[in-house]
Amino acid sequence: MHASRESEMARMQDRTRVERKSGRELVFTRTFDGPARLVFEAWTKPELLKRWWAPKSTGVTLLACAVDARVGGSYRFEFGHPASDKPMAFFGRYLEVIPHARLVWTNEESADGSVTTVTFEEKVGKTLLVMHELYPSKEALDVAMAGMEGGMPEMFAQLDELLITLGAGAAR
Amino acid sequence: MVQYSQTRFDASFAALSDATRRGVLEQLGRADASITELAGKFHMTLTGMQKHVGVLEQAGLVTTEKVGRVRTCRLGRRRLEEEAAWIERYRQLWEARFDELDKIVDELKRKEKADARKQRE
Repeated sequence: MHASRESEMARMQDRTRVERKSGRELVFTRTFDGPARLVFEAWTKPELLKRWWAPKSTGVTLLACAVDARVGGSYRFEFGHPASDKPMAFFGRYLEVIPHARLVWTNEESADGSVTTVTFEEKVGKTLLVMHELYPSKEALDVAMAGMEGGMPEMFAQLDELLITLGAGAAR
Repeated sequence: MVQYSQTRFDASFAALSDATRRGVLEQLGRADASITELAGKFHMTLTGMQKHVGVLEQAGLVTTEKVGRVRTCRLGRRRLEEEAAWIERYRQLWEARFDELDKIVDELKRKEKADARKQRE
């Protein structure tokens, strides 16, 4: 009984894969048991996004979620965490929206934010989802990694400040 | 999950806050290099480069080894461990999200079926 639960856990953990494809890219893959149009709907309707973007296990709560999933439309997520008095905001714009197939958006909360591309590929009722994050440089991804090491919101805030400084430095 | 101390965090943060040092890490990500080579690439004096490498070494991001008169620098093990740990944390965040998304997709599917049934009736 115990062993079978463990093997089930191992299988579950295997379902989301992530790979650093290059210095500036991360690629996530996961298959969902449903057609692409439904998975896409859950990524673009705020009332559905709200229900999965801040899972309980992460300790954060979603304070605000505004999504206008059209080309040029913007989005904004605000999270709260018990260890931080300031909410963390994540925001950007949609660059591409192809219903049931493809979403591309910017991440503008930091000067060195990535561009995220999500594709939805349907095969016999299941959907292969590929999420691709492209950072402006290898350094941007390295800094993101160093900053998120502790995973605490105040470190995100520190990282944001650093990124702003770095952004100013890079512009010189 | 590996726990990281604040001190360690501060050290790598400080190490990475400098453009030259980030450049050095990128360079070492491609190939090991001597201090002299690094100084040349970044148009710096040997002393200047030694200082930068020292900061990276203290943060555990780089290790150096002196063979004869040449000091060779390479990425530290910690650098690689950190990257793996970070990617795993990030994966877990998305895994948690996707597990919730799974439930929603399931719910939408059932709702669609129920609606289709109602229409037939």
